[in-house]
This record gives sequence, C-alpha cells and structure tokens, in this order.
Amino acid sequence: MAVVKDTAVAAPAVRAGRLSRLLDDETRLGRLMLAPAILYIALLVGLPFFLALYFSLTDITVGSRTLHFVGLKKFHEVIHTPTFKLALKNTFIFAFVSQLLVLILAKILALALVKDFRGKWFVRLLILLPWVAPISLGSIGWLWILDSIYSVVNWVLVHWRFVREPLRLLGILDPRMPPMWLGQPELAMASIITVHVWRLLPLATVILLAGLTSIPKDIHDAAAVDGAGFWRHLFEITIPLVAPIMIVAVLFGFIFAFTDMIVIYVLTRGGPYNSTQVLASLAFFTGIDGGDLAEGAAISLFLFPLLVAAAFIFLRIARRAEVT
Amino acid sequence: MRRGSVRALLGGGAHFGLLAAFVAFTAFPFYWMLVTMFKETSDLLNPNNNPFLFNQPPTLEHLRVLFGETLFGQWLLNTAFVGVLVVAITLLLAVPAGYSLARLTGRLGEQLGIAIFLTYLVPPTILFIPLSRVVATLGLQDSLWSLVLVYPSFTVPFCTWLLMGFFKAIPRDLEEAAMIDGYSRFGAFAKVVIPISVAGVLTVVIFSFTLVMQEFVYALTFITAARRFTVSVGVPTFLVRGDVYFWGSLMGACFIASVPIAVLYNFFLDRFISGFTVGAVK
Repeated sequence: MAVVKDTAVAAPAVRAGRLSRLLDDETRLGRLMLAPAILYIALLVGLPFFLALYFSLTDITVGSRTLHFVGLKKFHEVIHTPTFKLALKNTFIFAFVSQLLVLILAKILALALVKDFRGKWFVRLLILLPWVAPISLGSIGWLWILDSIYSVVNWVLVHWRFVREPLRLLGILDPRMPPMWLGQPELAMASIITVHVWRLLPLATVILLAGLTSIPKDIHDAAAVDGAGFWRHLFEITIPLVAPIMIVAVLFGFIFAFTDMIVIYVLTRGGPYNSTQVLASLAFFTGIDGGDLAEGAAISLFLFPLLVAAAFIFLRIARRAEVT
Repeated sequence: MRRGSVRALLGGGAHFGLLAAFVAFTAFPFYWMLVTMFKETSDLLNPNNNPFLFNQPPTLEHLRVLFGETLFGQWLLNTAFVGVLVVAITLLLAVPAGYSLARLTGRLGEQLGIAIFLTYLVPPTILFIPLSRVVATLGLQDSLWSLVLVYPSFTVPFCTWLLMGFFKAIPRDLEEAAMIDGYSRFGAFAKVVIPISVAGVLTVVIFSFTLVMQEFVYALTFITAARRFTVSVGVPTFLVRGDVYFWGSLMGACFIASVPIAVLYNFFLDRFISGFTVGAVK
C-alpha cells in the first residue's frame, strides 16, 4: 500500500532513489538478475516436462483437437509391444558397450596425451573433431565409409592381401560377399556402437586429461621413489585420484548414449528389422513420424528414471567437490 | 646408457604409433569427406578403382553443385540467423544470472546453480514431443523462430554455469574498489566486471553457437519446409533423397559445416572442460 502511495506523490525523485536503492540492494538485485533465466528454463524445460507426463496419460495425436485422459493405458500398451522390448534391450546394450569401450580407450588416449610433445595442439584438434562437428554430419561421413557397395572398409578387406588372407583363412570373410555393415542386424549394431564410441571418445578423453594433469607431480615422484611400477602406479595412484572425474565423464557419456537418436536416424533408421531401434528413436518414429504423441511421450519417459539416477550421482560429486 | 636410449626410442615409437592409431580413428571420416568432395562421381562409383587415389583428376564440380543447385547456402544462412539470435538471448539471460549466482545469492545461489545445471541434463528426447505441441499452439511451426525460442533452453543452463565459475574467479576487490568510487552494485557489474570478462563471454558465444549448429532433434521435429532447415538437418534429410546419394556434394557439405567451427572450438576447450567437470578438478 505504502509503496503505491509513494510513487503517486513524488514520482521522479523517489523513483530515481528507488532505482539506485534497487541497484545497490544485493538480495533484490540478485533475484532480479536471476529471474529471467529461471523463468525461461521453467517455461521451456519444466513446463514441457510436465506436459510430457500429462500427454503420456492421454490419447493425444498430432492432429487431435480434444484429448481424453486414459490413465496408464498407453504405458501398459507400450510395454507389451515386441518393438518396445527390443528397443529397451538395444538401448542398454548400446549404452553399456559403447561406454565401456569409451572409458577404456579414453583412459589410454588420455595417458598418451599427458606427455608434452611437439604438435600436441594439432593432435588434440584432430582427436576433438568428432565431438565438435555436428553429429548428424559426422554420421553421414560414416554412412559413406560403410556404404553397401562403395565402402572403403570393404575395399581394404577385399583388395589388401595381408588383410584379406588371414581373415579368409579364419573363415570370417568371404571376399565375394563382403559384409553389409548397416544391413545385417549384428553388424548394424556394431557399426552404431563404433560410431558412438567415435563420437564420445573425445569428450571422455579431454575430461580424463583434465583429471590427470591436476594430480600434483609430488605424488608421482613419491611413488617413483618408493619403487612403484607402471601397473601399480596406474591402479593404486592414478586411477583412484582420477576416479571422481572419471565418474563425470561416464555420466555425460551415459546420458548422451542413452538419449541419442541422431546416429541411428542417419545410419539405419532403427533397421534392419528394428535391430538398432532404441527408446529415443522409437519415441521419435512413434510420436512425430507416426503422429501418436501420447505413445511417443510414454516411450520417452522410460528414459526418466535413468536421468534421475544420473542427477543423483552428479549431486553427490558436486557436493564432494564443494567440501574439498 | 645405450640401452636407455634404445628404450626411450622404442617408447617414443610406441607413443607415436598409439597416437597415430587414435588420430586415424577420430579424423579419418573428415579426411574421407575432404577427399571425396574433390573426386569425379564416375571415379567414386567405380568399385574397381582404388578409393585412396585420384583415378581421375580432381574436380570442383561437387562444390559448384552444392552452392549453386542445392539449398546448402540457405541452410548455412538459416543456421547463422538462429545462431546469432540464440547467442544474443543466451548472453542476455546467462550473464546476469551467472553473476547473480556467483556473488549475490549466497548459499541459496549455489544450490540454484546446481539445479540450473541439472536441467542441461534433461535431454531433447523427453521434451521434443510436448514442445512440438507448444510450438504449434504458438503458431511457430515450420518457422525458424521456433528454434530461436527453444534453443536457449539448452544453451542458458550450461552457459549460466560456465559464467558463474568465471565470475567467481574474479577478485572481489575489483568490484569493491569500484563501489567505493561511487558505482552501485549493478554499475560495478556493468562497468567493471563485464569489460574484464570478455574471455568468458566469448567462450559462451562459441559454445552456444556450436550447440546450435549441432542440434538436430528439435529442428527435425519443428521444421518441414526444405528451405527453412538448418545445416545439421538439411544435409542429411534433403541431400539424401530416395536412393540417390550425391556423395561428392554431400561430403563437401559435411566437411564445410563441421571443420571450421571445430578449429575455433579447440581454442576454448579448457574452459568448457572446467565447466563439464563441475569443479571436481581445480
């Protein structure tokens, strides 16, 4: 009440005074500067999230004007389709295998990059490329590399004798029928995993590298003086000290691997016979291409428990970082 | 002594070989794009030709087709248009928010900061279906403005977090001295803190722009007209039509749209990493 009166009585002077008071009042200024960002995030992340929950409980489609509340019916329907079961299984295989490979390779690569050498910045740039380039375009590069007729990989397999002969003798390769990398179910899954490892390796490597370079040199020196060999050093000093940061790398990797649909959309569209379908791509094909928004929303929400788990781990790390 | 140097040499060789193998894996697709874009189509599509060689002289034909006969140039412009606006919105929201979290909101601010960062982890995969309805309700479907509206939802959280870390690292004395000189708190922020934060702001600009270039799911969902696509969606959906792949132009498009931004990104890498690692590394 009083505020309103103030403004009404002596406008300019008072307003200037209040403005300058506002600009100095830390609490209120703080809230004012933070509010727009919070509001934006609430409207464009929070609101859609609850809409997704709501949609999944209705029968909404792309064209529909009215929607009916159907409870958990969609979830129930979805769970019982074979495609969903397959997609769920694929999502886990895809995420776990690619993350395991990423972690092992990133660890090796990071150890190799800790050393200083000439041209390191250029090597780092080349290693970083897959992460920075738009993944939809990187995947097209792979589409060409793995093409059914003109694949360079197959050309090497068929034309380079020292590659061809051992594989042929082992019975892995029939030079007259080279592998269809994206056309055979197991190979398609392996190809998708390879492209994903390719894409996520750089981020994991640079995160681990940051962890490795932050270990004080004294610790390494002390271990060397005490006679620790390479493996002992690796498992008893380096890995434990980098562990928290490794968790961060794994966490991001999992989130990207579990929720990504771009690689699959470009390379296989979930085929052949849904053998590379994952939850994210299935949600897209059902919800947008198929027009069944409710079912698409229901499928995508199966990713949510996973994200809660990720957030939980993340919070614990953040808290530990604060304490130290 | 001699054994030592042989060992060092062997170690050096192994180190070099290891790095070469990794670089071959990560960079090969880009090298392959570069080679393919200069090859004649008849050279590319002859299975008996050695794909590592130029069996016919290099050509610029694919690039001419790409810029002259496809919408590639338009897609680059669209991406730049969305990118510039999203970067502007991101700065407008994230710079004040980052400062507020770093200096003005205390204990609560730290928790809010983490909460904001967590929203970056909510993937487009969960949000694109409801957002497609929101965009339709606002009448923005098939318009680049839908992307301008939605993209800050993933750039703002990460950039606020990055800037918070950045502002925290600035010595408080600077602002306190400015305030003693008669600036208000906000004045000190605008006149003293921002000018010395150019590096942080530039980091956010590059990072947001790369995210915009990479985004795929929202653009694929909201946009239908070919001439309104961004690069990341236009190239895979409209340069590949039916069964006809124009590999030369396609690889040219991929190379041109990915490598320059990667070079730029590389300069700012360390800052992004410190953001990603949440202060677990100091």
